[in-house]
Amino acid sequence: MNTTTSTQATAQAAAFKPSVINTTMINKITLVVFVLLALLPFQDAVYDLFMMKVFCFAIFAASVNLLLGFSGLLSFGHAAFFGTSAYVTAHAMKEWGVTPELGLLFGVVASTALGYVFGSLAIRRQGIYFAMITLALAQVVYFIATQLPFTNGEDGIQGVPRGSFLGVFSLTNSSHMYWFALGVFIIAFLLIQRVVRSPFGQVLKSIRENEPRAISLGYDVDRYKLMAFTISAGLAGLGGGLKSLVLQLASLGDVFWHTSGEAVLMTILGGIGTLWGPILGAAIIINLQNYLANLGGWSTIATGAIFVVCVLAFRRGIVGEISHRLNIRL
Amino acid sequence: MFELLGISPQALISQLLIGLINGSFYALLSLGLAVIFGLLNVINFTHGALYMLGAMVAWMGLTQLGGWVGMPDLQLPYWLALVVAPLIVGLFSIVIEKTMLKRLYRLDHLYGLLLTFGLALVIEGLFRHWFGVLGNSYPVPDLLRGGMRVNELFIPWYRLWVVGMALAACFATWFFIERTNLGSLLRAGTENPRLLQALGVNVPLIITLTYGAGCALAAFAGVLAAPIYQVTAIMGSDLIIVVFAVVVIGGMGSIAGSILTGLGLGVIEGLTKVFYPQASSVSIFVIMIIVLLIKPAGLFGKVR
Amino acid sequence: MKQRYLSKLIAGALFASAGVASAQGISNDSVNIGVLTDLSGIYSAVEGPGAVLAAQMAAEDFGGTVLGKPIKITSADHQSKADLSASKAREMFERDNVDMIMGNVASSSALAAMEVANQLKRIVIVTGAASLPITNERCNAYTIHYVYDTYALANGTAAGVVASGKKTWFFLTADYVFGHTLQRDATEVVNAKGGKVVGSVLHPIKTTDFASYLSQAQSSKAEVIALANAGGDTIGSIKQAAELGIVGSKQTIVPLLMFTSDVQALGLKDTQGMNFTVGWYWNFSDANRKFADRFMKNFNGVAPTSVQAGVYSATMNYLQAIKTAGTDNSDAVMKQLKSTPIDDGLFKGVIRADGKFEHDMYLLQVKTPKESKNKNDIASVLQVIPAKDATLPLSQSKCVLVTGVKS
Repeated sequence: MNTTTSTQATAQAAAFKPSVINTTMINKITLVVFVLLALLPFQDAVYDLFMMKVFCFAIFAASVNLLLGFSGLLSFGHAAFFGTSAYVTAHAMKEWGVTPELGLLFGVVASTALGYVFGSLAIRRQGIYFAMITLALAQVVYFIATQLPFTNGEDGIQGVPRGSFLGVFSLTNSSHMYWFALGVFIIAFLLIQRVVRSPFGQVLKSIRENEPRAISLGYDVDRYKLMAFTISAGLAGLGGGLKSLVLQLASLGDVFWHTSGEAVLMTILGGIGTLWGPILGAAIIINLQNYLANLGGWSTIATGAIFVVCVLAFRRGIVGEISHRLNIRL
Repeated sequence: MFELLGISPQALISQLLIGLINGSFYALLSLGLAVIFGLLNVINFTHGALYMLGAMVAWMGLTQLGGWVGMPDLQLPYWLALVVAPLIVGLFSIVIEKTMLKRLYRLDHLYGLLLTFGLALVIEGLFRHWFGVLGNSYPVPDLLRGGMRVNELFIPWYRLWVVGMALAACFATWFFIERTNLGSLLRAGTENPRLLQALGVNVPLIITLTYGAGCALAAFAGVLAAPIYQVTAIMGSDLIIVVFAVVVIGGMGSIAGSILTGLGLGVIEGLTKVFYPQASSVSIFVIMIIVLLIKPAGLFGKVR
Repeated sequence: MKQRYLSKLIAGALFASAGVASAQGISNDSVNIGVLTDLSGIYSAVEGPGAVLAAQMAAEDFGGTVLGKPIKITSADHQSKADLSASKAREMFERDNVDMIMGNVASSSALAAMEVANQLKRIVIVTGAASLPITNERCNAYTIHYVYDTYALANGTAAGVVASGKKTWFFLTADYVFGHTLQRDATEVVNAKGGKVVGSVLHPIKTTDFASYLSQAQSSKAEVIALANAGGDTIGSIKQAAELGIVGSKQTIVPLLMFTSDVQALGLKDTQGMNFTVGWYWNFSDANRKFADRFMKNFNGVAPTSVQAGVYSATMNYLQAIKTAGTDNSDAVMKQLKSTPIDDGLFKGVIRADGKFEHDMYLLQVKTPKESKNKNDIASVLQVIPAKDATLPLSQSKCVLVTGVKS
């Protein structure tokens, strides 16, 4: 991760020319996109359930990106947070009958707490060892999920009620659910944007670029990494809890390590270190899986091929490339 | 006889024996991975798929080859497959190295991981598409059928054969790398490739051959496994993360570490299967977490 | 003016005379059937593309139209994953206007699809999945369970084996809900028939190496080592049992859930003599053989499994129910299906109030390699298990549709 971004930085520094497309313009375009998304239920071309799935996984991929692209930490175990939150939210909605925003809150709290614990254990190590510890911890979570009675093992928690937002707006209606999901997605997006553009985010980037230097500048690097990890876990949980509401079920697939791998793929395809990258990556991968689902094994082959192509020729990802060419920060 | 925690000592010993047998298999599998990471700094996620490829080549050689070539009686017998399959897979992996892996050496080695992960998915997906998931049966070679009965435990000759071959391969590899001149060239090439190249050694060639050899080891394990486990497209993907855990626990640069850890883990897994069988899959990961927290570079590894 | 009014009157009268039910007609001007199954994963051989073919054959044999409207068959892959099943089911019902979803192999996927069907009031016919809760604790008014369930497996295989004299049992069980249910159901039958369970061991699903568990089974000295698992786990256990010399020894391996496709994957040498229960076998009657021949021509010479035959039969009967009811409205069709006995040459029986299709089951015995004449000729029917014995009695049902009480 170090090599690409420093090349990117050098290239940008060398070729810097003030661009017509500056930050304010990007913000305006972002606003337009959000408005367009809000109008989605009124047309027939794009299926709203598909879009809601994209939101969930976009948030998940974005959480992985926060860690990978902005802090330089590859976690192979994020499905643990995604899945734990999915189960907790599902349980809260089904057994305690709370409103969806509360259900989501429970899920996020659970995944954040788990993230803090896992982070404290994993941060002590670097690079591949960090990734392997996160994978191992996620496998333990998977095992626990298969054993605990409340998760219902293979069946998962099914028939999760969507509830009524603020007790008033019933989310069983597809359009209402869509707007709720869009709202959560926008909040997540703005949150990440805030984190990345804040001083905290800058410190993270400096740690990613050159950790020894950051230490020598006096930053408590481990504390920053732990905070980034915890926030990332909370965000992954937000995606997971939302998924429980949208699909109305939480299952073992949510905590399986393949799901972690998928999130990494979405991030890479979209563009590590960009804001819109994970979102585009999620949209493409989900679309692809949907489309290829009827062609048998091709889904796996296509996923693998995309991984290979991205890593060999396309390391910046789609949004990353666009970003690079147009000299803007997406 | 006295009972230890609810299980007779005979049963316990037989479980330990089975654990050792499995452990030697893990050791063989993790060997290739350790060689590739130790000497090349590449995290070879394709290992599981290549293991499957080895088993598939053996199976195809036995049952399909005749049909393809038009000579229905032509068969690749097991004994030949033990040599041919690793060769074929080794060559295949050399092609991968030359065309794809080479470009990633100067980058963060996490890219190597992602590339090999993607390749594993492609290879597995193709075989799933061609041969389905239920898989095919590969017969135990006639010479090795049957087994011996020790009290209540029946030990098939074939499993003992696997242990023998696995340990032999492990020892041979370790000896080659740690004790021969060529091996010391390999080790030197990892520590300081430029210097070695300046001394006139063809370092890229050595790296390519090493990768090929590591992958061939995976295929060798695949051929050994074919008569025991069903030959299916997904046989590698279930094993790969376990094997990874073995290598990480053993210490990613250490070959002796992987071998010993593989054996040890097989035994521990075997014991878990007796006392708390549902947890046998996860026991390795719990150990990995504990080990990595105490010894950051694994049991025998050196921090890079 | 008068003429137009008159023609409207006549039209209205014609409509009314065609019967009250047909006033509802066929929704979206076509009958859409979606086959939701595992197209490429572990259960693809049991149901999978063969089920899609079976549904298409049924549509063709029915004439391609019902009540003048075309029949459309679509399919989707849920890869035996519950969340994929849930989203695909919703997509099919909401976006593609599918009237009935067929298939649903893998119990957790079936339950997920059933949940969606119940909410949207469309029909789901489960052919591939096994769990008893589908028509018991988790039953709903829009589900039909067609081919087999864990009760039938337990009562077929377990009862048959105990009756043949093998009284002591050891269970090798996959550690998830399905495995536990199967073990529980079989244990009840074993105890009821005078047998005894001497031990059991749980293994994680998707285990590679069974040597350890099998040797525990060996040391228990039980006459029967029952496998309460499925798919790759069953295949692995059997293959390694053969390797460890259990097959052909004094101990018998009894797979509680096995399909003809599993036997073909393993080969007859390792499975010969094994007993297993299915809802339908191709080589049992002339009608079955005729269907199998037609199916094989389009399916690489592989005979249909019980599940695939079930898809054909269920589709035919579903279409017939629409024709008789005059509409594809779910409530009307369900009512029709539950009140019409089925006897189509392949299956014979009735669909009960809880959605369970009560019909005979068959206890099969795997042939030896010498006895088998071709790759499909893998078993002979040992025993026909009457419908009443193979189905949970309504008096014991926990289904809310039967008891009126939500369980």
